Amino acid sequence: MDHFPTNWGRPRNDAFDHYNTYPIPVRPQNNAFADSVQRTQQPIVTGTSVLGLKYKDGIMIASDTLASYGSLARFKDIKRLHQVGDFTAIGASGDMSDFQALQRDLESLIISEEVTEQDGHKLGPKEIHEYLSNVLYGKRCKMDPLWNSVIVGGFKDGERFLAYVDLLGTTYTSSTIATGYGAYIAQPLLRKAVEGKEDVLTEAEARKILEDCLRVLFYRDARSLDKYQIATVNASGPSISDSIKLETSWGFAEGIRGYGAQTQ
Amino acid sequence: MTSIGTGYDLSASTYSPDGRIFQIEYANKAVENSGTAIGLRVKDGIILAVEKLVHSKLLVPGANRRIQTIDRHIGVATAGLLADGRHIANRARSDAASFRDLRDSPASLKWLADQIGMYMQAYTLYSSVRPFGASAIVGAVDKDGPSLYVVEPSGVYYGYHGAAIGKGRQLAKTELEKLKLSELTTREAAIEAARIIYLVHDDTKEKEFELELSWVSPETEGRHVPVPADLLEEAERKAKEALETFE
Repeated sequence: MDHFPTNWGRPRNDAFDHYNTYPIPVRPQNNAFADSVQRTQQPIVTGTSVLGLKYKDGIMIASDTLASYGSLARFKDIKRLHQVGDFTAIGASGDMSDFQALQRDLESLIISEEVTEQDGHKLGPKEIHEYLSNVLYGKRCKMDPLWNSVIVGGFKDGERFLAYVDLLGTTYTSSTIATGYGAYIAQPLLRKAVEGKEDVLTEAEARKILEDCLRVLFYRDARSLDKYQIATVNASGPSISDSIKLETSWGFAEGIRGYGAQTQ
Repeated sequence: MTSIGTGYDLSASTYSPDGRIFQIEYANKAVENSGTAIGLRVKDGIILAVEKLVHSKLLVPGANRRIQTIDRHIGVATAGLLADGRHIANRARSDAASFRDLRDSPASLKWLADQIGMYMQAYTLYSSVRPFGASAIVGAVDKDGPSLYVVEPSGVYYGYHGAAIGKGRQLAKTELEKLKLSELTTREAAIEAARIIYLVHDDTKEKEFELELSWVSPETEGRHVPVPADLLEEAERKAKEALETFE
C-alpha cells in the first residue's frame, strides 16, 4: 500500500515501491552466489563403454577400468562396476564423479531401506533401476543432470534383470545392452551372440562373448583400456572380479606402414 | 520418595537444594520398570539381548522390537518407554547417516554414543520437555574393534565389557561378572546372553516374554543382525536347561 497521498491516482513505480501487489513486484536479485553456481554442462573425467548381457544363470556386466580426462588416459585403475545390495550390480559410463555420487546415494538408500528397517524386504535390481531412473530424470529436469549411462543388472527371486538408464532418464530393458561407443561397436556383436540363446549360454560362454567385445572395443575405441572387470549376478548373488588384463595381438601392425618395423 | 511434595521435582530445569534433578531420577525409574536388556562385549564381537515382556496374547509374535539397527555395524537395545527408545534410535540413525554423508566412512561407536549422550542431556535442561524415559545399550564393531556403551536418561554414557539395564539388571550384572567376557567368542556369548535373560525373567510376575538376540560377529561380516534362527533356538534350549539346574 502506498501511504503517500501525492502518489495516489498516479501510475505505480515498482523501482521504489516494493510493497505493491500489482503489478507483481520483481524480487531483488541479491543472491551473492548466483553467478558462482553452475550446472553440469559436460562430463569431465569419463568412463567409456559398459556392456551387459543375460545368460543361462543370470546376468553379466563388463567394463574396462579406465577413467579418461578428455583424451588423456588419466586414471587406469578405476572401478566402474559396483554392487548394490544383495542382488544387484551396476556399471556406469560417463562422468566418474557423478557415478561416485550415485554410489554413495545408493549406499545410503540401502542402509535406510534395508539395514535400518529389517522388515524382511530387500531391494532387488528392479527397485534399484526404478530408483536410479527417478534420480537421473529428476536431475535432468532441474537442468543439472548426472552425466552417466548406467546398466543395472541383477538376479532376485529366480528372475534375471538387465536394464539401462541414462542422464536423460531414458530407460529400457534388453537381453544385451551396451553404452557409449560400445552401443555402436559391441551391441551388434552382442546381439548376434546372445539373442535367442539367453537360456542356453553358460557362464564361460558369456564371459568369452564379453571379452571378445571388449577386445574389439580396445582395438577401435581410443578411450578404452586393455584392463577390465566383469560383474556376475546369479542365484548366489553378485560378484565383481578383480581387474583382468585383456589378451590382445598386434601382429597385423607389422604390415601397416608407419606403425611396425618398416623395411622401406 | 523424599522428593515428592517438595516442589523440586516438577521440572527438569529445577535443582533440589542438594543438587539433584528429580525428573532425571524419575526417568531412571521408568527404565528400571522395563524388561531387562543386556549387552556383552566379547573377544570378536558384541551381543545384545532383550527380555521383551509381552503384555497381550493378541500381539503378533515379533512385534514391538526393542533391539534396532542404527547403521550396518551398530545395534541398540533399549529399556524403558518403548517410544522413547525408538526416538533415540531414529535420532542415532540420522546421526550415523550424516556422519557417512560428511566423511564417507562409518561412524565409530565412541562418537555415536557421545552424540546420543549430548542429545539426551539436552532434554534435562528445560522445563518444557521431559528427560527420556529410556536407557540405550549401543554396541558395534568399528575401526577400534568391538565396543559397547550404555547411555542413561541423564546423558551420561560409559563403556562396558558387559552391561545390564531394566528390571533384572542386578542379577544380570552378577551373572555377567562371572563370565570371562574378553575370552568368549560371540557364539558362546550368545548362549550365555540367552541364559541370563531366561534367568532374570521373573515368571511369578510376568508370564510371557520373547527373547530378542542380536549380534555383530565374524560370521556377519561386521554387520549388526539378529542371530540366525538355529543359534537362537540352541540358545533358548540351553537357557531353559540351565534354568532347571540353576541353584
